[in-house]
Amino acid sequence: MISQFFVLSQRGDHIVFRDYRGEVPKGSAEIFFRKVKFWNDDEAEEAPPVFNVDGVNYIHVKVAGLFFVVTTMVNVSPSLLLELLQRIARVTKDYLGVLSEDSLRKNFILVYELLDEVIDFGYPQTTSTEVLKSYIFNEPIMVDAGRLPPLGPAAMFMQGTKRMPGTAVTKSVVANEPGGKKREEIFVDIIERISVTFSSSGYILTSEIDGTIQMKSYLTGNPEIRLALNEDLSIGRTGSSSYYRSSSGGGAVILDDCNFHESVHLDSFDIDRTLTLIPPDGEFAVMNYRMTQEFKPPFRVTALIEEAGPSRAEVLLKIRADFSANVTANTITVQMPVPSYTMRASFELEAGAVGQTTDFKEGSRRLEWNLKKIVGGSEHTLRAKLTFSQESHGNLTKEAGPVNMNFTIPMYNASKLQVRYLQIAKKSKTYNPYRWVRYVTQANSYVARL
Amino acid sequence: MRARTRNRRILLGKSAATGERSPSGLRPFPIFWKRRAAIGSKALQSYNFTPIKIRIPWTKAYTRISHLSDSVTPSFTVPAQIQASFHQTRTPRLIGSSQSSSSQGEVRSNTPPRPITAMAPTVPSVAKSASPSQPSGKSEVADLKQQLRQLAGSRAPDADDQRRDVFKRVISCMTAGIDVSAAFGEMVLCSATSDVVTKKMCYLYVGAHARAHPDLALLTINFLQRDCRDQDPTIRGLALRSLCSLRVPNLVEYLVTPLATGLKDPSAYVRMIAAVGAAKLYHISATACIDADLPASLKALMLSDPDAQVVANCLHALQEIWTLEAANSEAAAREIETLYSKPVVFYLLNKIKEFSEWAQCHVLELASKFLPSDNNEIFDIMNLLEDRLQHANGAVYERIKAPLLTLVGAGSPEQSYSVLCHLHLLVMRAPMLFSSDYKSFYCQFSDPSYVKKLKLEMLTAIANESNTYEIVTELCEYAGNVDVPIARESIRAVGKIALQQYDVNAIVDRLLQFLEMDKDYVTAETLVLVKDLLRKYPQWSHDCIAVVGNISSKNIQEPKGKAALIWMLGEYSQDMHDAPYVLESLVENWDEEHSPEVRLHLLTAVMKCFFKRPPETQKALGATLAAGLSDTHQDVHDRALFYYRLLQYDPAVAERVVNPPKQAVSVFADTQSSEMKDRIFDEFNSLSVVYQKPSYMFTDKEHRGPFEYSEDLTNLAVGAEAPENVISAQRYQENDNDLLLSTSDKEDNGTRASNGSSTSTYNAPSDLIGLSSQTPAETSLINTGGPTYSSQSNFSLDDLLGLGVTEAPAPPPPPALTLNSKPVLDPGTFQRKWGQLALALTQECSLSPQGAASLMNPQSLIRHMQSNHIQCIASGGQPPNYKFFFYAQKDGATAFFLVECIVNTASAKAQLKIKADDGTAAEAFSTLFQSALSKFGLS
Repeated sequence: MISQFFVLSQRGDHIVFRDYRGEVPKGSAEIFFRKVKFWNDDEAEEAPPVFNVDGVNYIHVKVAGLFFVVTTMVNVSPSLLLELLQRIARVTKDYLGVLSEDSLRKNFILVYELLDEVIDFGYPQTTSTEVLKSYIFNEPIMVDAGRLPPLGPAAMFMQGTKRMPGTAVTKSVVANEPGGKKREEIFVDIIERISVTFSSSGYILTSEIDGTIQMKSYLTGNPEIRLALNEDLSIGRTGSSSYYRSSSGGGAVILDDCNFHESVHLDSFDIDRTLTLIPPDGEFAVMNYRMTQEFKPPFRVTALIEEAGPSRAEVLLKIRADFSANVTANTITVQMPVPSYTMRASFELEAGAVGQTTDFKEGSRRLEWNLKKIVGGSEHTLRAKLTFSQESHGNLTKEAGPVNMNFTIPMYNASKLQVRYLQIAKKSKTYNPYRWVRYVTQANSYVARL
Repeated sequence: MRARTRNRRILLGKSAATGERSPSGLRPFPIFWKRRAAIGSKALQSYNFTPIKIRIPWTKAYTRISHLSDSVTPSFTVPAQIQASFHQTRTPRLIGSSQSSSSQGEVRSNTPPRPITAMAPTVPSVAKSASPSQPSGKSEVADLKQQLRQLAGSRAPDADDQRRDVFKRVISCMTAGIDVSAAFGEMVLCSATSDVVTKKMCYLYVGAHARAHPDLALLTINFLQRDCRDQDPTIRGLALRSLCSLRVPNLVEYLVTPLATGLKDPSAYVRMIAAVGAAKLYHISATACIDADLPASLKALMLSDPDAQVVANCLHALQEIWTLEAANSEAAAREIETLYSKPVVFYLLNKIKEFSEWAQCHVLELASKFLPSDNNEIFDIMNLLEDRLQHANGAVYERIKAPLLTLVGAGSPEQSYSVLCHLHLLVMRAPMLFSSDYKSFYCQFSDPSYVKKLKLEMLTAIANESNTYEIVTELCEYAGNVDVPIARESIRAVGKIALQQYDVNAIVDRLLQFLEMDKDYVTAETLVLVKDLLRKYPQWSHDCIAVVGNISSKNIQEPKGKAALIWMLGEYSQDMHDAPYVLESLVENWDEEHSPEVRLHLLTAVMKCFFKRPPETQKALGATLAAGLSDTHQDVHDRALFYYRLLQYDPAVAERVVNPPKQAVSVFADTQSSEMKDRIFDEFNSLSVVYQKPSYMFTDKEHRGPFEYSEDLTNLAVGAEAPENVISAQRYQENDNDLLLSTSDKEDNGTRASNGSSTSTYNAPSDLIGLSSQTPAETSLINTGGPTYSSQSNFSLDDLLGLGVTEAPAPPPPPALTLNSKPVLDPGTFQRKWGQLALALTQECSLSPQGAASLMNPQSLIRHMQSNHIQCIASGGQPPNYKFFFYAQKDGATAFFLVECIVNTASAKAQLKIKADDGTAAEAFSTLFQSALSKFGLS
């Protein structure tokens, strides 16, 4: 039973505030905000998503820089409420096109309308974008997505791929297009977040892929869709012994586990790996999957730190892109913490480097190397000279690192999971909606140890 | 013109923008200016300043006010663009946040002025007359009121649009925390509209304010009731929902009929709202709800309605009503049972695919409370639920490992946290099941710290022979992490694994390597761990001491680490060549040592060192005791005094106290009892799991008290020397054995073992210290009493120490009440109990004249009472008045009796105050006590 729901800005302003049961004392939003801001002053820790102050349970998620919070007095399922908060955020995004402080502030009445229907007297009712359509009477006031800082998975498509109209994913499910006619289209995104840890000698210690197939449909009349995946896809690893054995020989995609959206029918999944579904309106995850099977990491990272005389050291960072030349990774950031007594760092980029910047962050004592893009097959190096305020004592590798890398690679997926085809049940011969299938790989935790 | 306004309205969102119809025809600026002023002055009021009438040129005033309002916002750093965007859509939200800032007391005197330019292009044009000279917080509301009033009767073609805008402004003020209840009447007047959006806003407003204005709420009943009969089911539903949300007891009579009709409405939407409405009604007036027989209708609806959401809401409502009603009605309690009965559960489970995900969760929860009577039922349920497990909603299922691990990766960090908390619980219960998945719990660079902490705990738990090497290697990587809290946690985790006894050899080497890393927090954490390790594995002392000896105490700043080092210096002073000198140099800096914990350890360490290497330490000991005696900290002073007296009395006894033969600690006290863990496990999939506390500890304040006390108790039992953070290896061993089964049957062994070991080794000194601080009078008596009493005092001291001076067997006490011959009660608990318990008896009784005469010091009486199984916990006084605190325990029970006894030897009278855990036995105990007291001096 939810007592209140509210959305706070980064500064703690109420953007939306709804009290469903009138049982939580006044000022809960302020209490929440203060608690989150000053969770643990000395150790700069983040507040956990669930905590209790004076008998009131506060449960929150951070979405697009905003706090979505529910309060409750009773012992509820935290997973349920966290999921609900995420869903509220997603439904709101479906309706507003863009989820941001600005769009929420402009459309707060619409959000209240949504909240009225999503929760009644503290009981979640429905979070289906489609069902809610019949109860929403406000028209969303669109904000210009272009001006917004990129947030969330939708944002990454705006930077790299030219094939995508940038604003397409940011349109509301209810708003009418300027032309008055809605474009028939459907987006399927295969988004993979990869985690790789390299040992100091370059071996892969751990690797994991968390993937999701996202769908956003703007098709009228909700036609049935068939989505075909790799035929050699298999689910569940056979015995824990082969956990980390390389199975690259067959090239089969072996997922550890996956789950599906409730609209998905799996009748023919076992036979030919196709999913049949009638997509609901709005954005949703058709399938989530996890893979620990060994895969070829897109980047090889080598990092070295060596003493170069008293109170000096040299750092060498090398990245090799191990993917085909027609794929380009973008917005790459490489970070490396250096010893805390580092005073200065001077950088030496490779000859003819374009679109690369370097920085020494004095506050957090780390080197930062930004690359606008990396073309497949290429290799980049950075040398840095560090000056220390004191003589280093012994083992520099224990004082620096690990190197962490962030990147986005459009049209690449590490798992080799593929959508073979996307079939839409035809209503007429002329009916030919746009179908967008996109692959994106992002770094979740891409770490090389020293 | 019209188009322009509309545009602007869109651009401005909630800012006032009611267009160009201003009667006064002022320039567009003033109203905006006025609103800003309103903000500033309200902020001022909240600081108890006198509101200032500002009559300065508006440009200047603007800057000034904006600065004032700055001063009341909490000074969080906010990216510039957000500040700017905020300015654009500024609402008077400052009032809300000013409360928080006043308590933080932060005034941003050095903040640079805000980018005022950001607002220039967005200054709204506005209708109403606005004079800069009314900077009152109410002006905003007054302004809205006036506009509403004008619009109320307006038949203008765009009146609806205007109403919508004004309503929007009202709601935006409401959201910001401004009291807009003054406009209640006007809002109601304007409510007669066919525009659904406006209606909804009106409902929202009315729902939020009706409670505070019950009289005005009556005004709304009319239009709400009318709307309840509207053609459009959506309107009917919305009106019914608002009607039920008014929360005004006086209006209950208007509620019942629409609700009853609503439950029968042809539209599922209305029925679904009516079902929840019934629960709302119950909260306003239980009797009205029951009298109208709504629960019966709900039940009928639940079992027959074709719409799944209606069924779900009926279930919610029924559960809520009957649970609350069960307290005073047996019929309701029976109804609850029927909800959990087979027909209902199976009926719901069969429909489960029709429910929304949220209702599914609820039904599953209900099903989990249903106890299947035989295996067939279990299989039926499992078959029904099987395909739900493939559902993507994280809340629907929580059971299986692989899906759980997928959930960890799939969701937002918040969701993975919640799932990890549940995994954590499972891991703690059955670490073996997860031991091959240890890589899933490696920390990722992007994990928030709360996730990392959980993962570290899980890694610690699942470490076993097969994976310890990998896990410890991984943990060692984190130890060098830039994230200091996580680095600390990792080191602790390594230590915990070492204490679990797997592959200790390698781990000790790792720990010793940490010491070479030369980072102060790493060293400090490691020292604490090495100390614990040595207590459990004294055989490693040689290796450890060699490394620890090289650490300069000057490099360690953290009290815990320093205390650990000092402990080792004292404990192993015979093996550490320069221990006395290191200690000596530490004593020299006594005054600079700020932590009492360190000073206490230093005292004890020097004492220990003295008994091992007297000639080298003698000087340091003198200095330490002197410094300790003049210490301002009570505990330090008392301990120094105690050592001093002990040495003065008999160095041999002192050595026995300070350097008793030590056994290795096999088990450290567990931080959480297994009973509590079972409770948490019973509350799977709830907040209890996240907090790691059973629900009664955070949902109900009354229940918190006793548990905090019991935590105190465990700390006390472990004693002063036991570190707080040691975790039991026992816990994991136990869990290894019985996996997911209850562990409570093993509890007894565990507690006994840990109690035993701690009492035999460390408890005695700590108790003593506790006692000596409790009864300074007594200790001083030992000293001032002179040689005549020394033997007596020796006895009593030995008794207190439990060193085993056996008394002559006591005469058998009356059969009515037998006392435990060796009750244990520590001073802290005594004190607390004394404070908590009510006075059971007050009595005056007399002593035998012989007794009174022989009562030259308290000890004689103490011994006498002890022989009657009544223990003294504190005593004091000078002839002729003595004061004692006694306690005794009923044999075979846990209940204690506490006595305050004031004896006047001149009059041979004693005044008793008795308190008892079990009040009924107080009388009997009093008799017993008096008979014991009267026999004093006779034998």
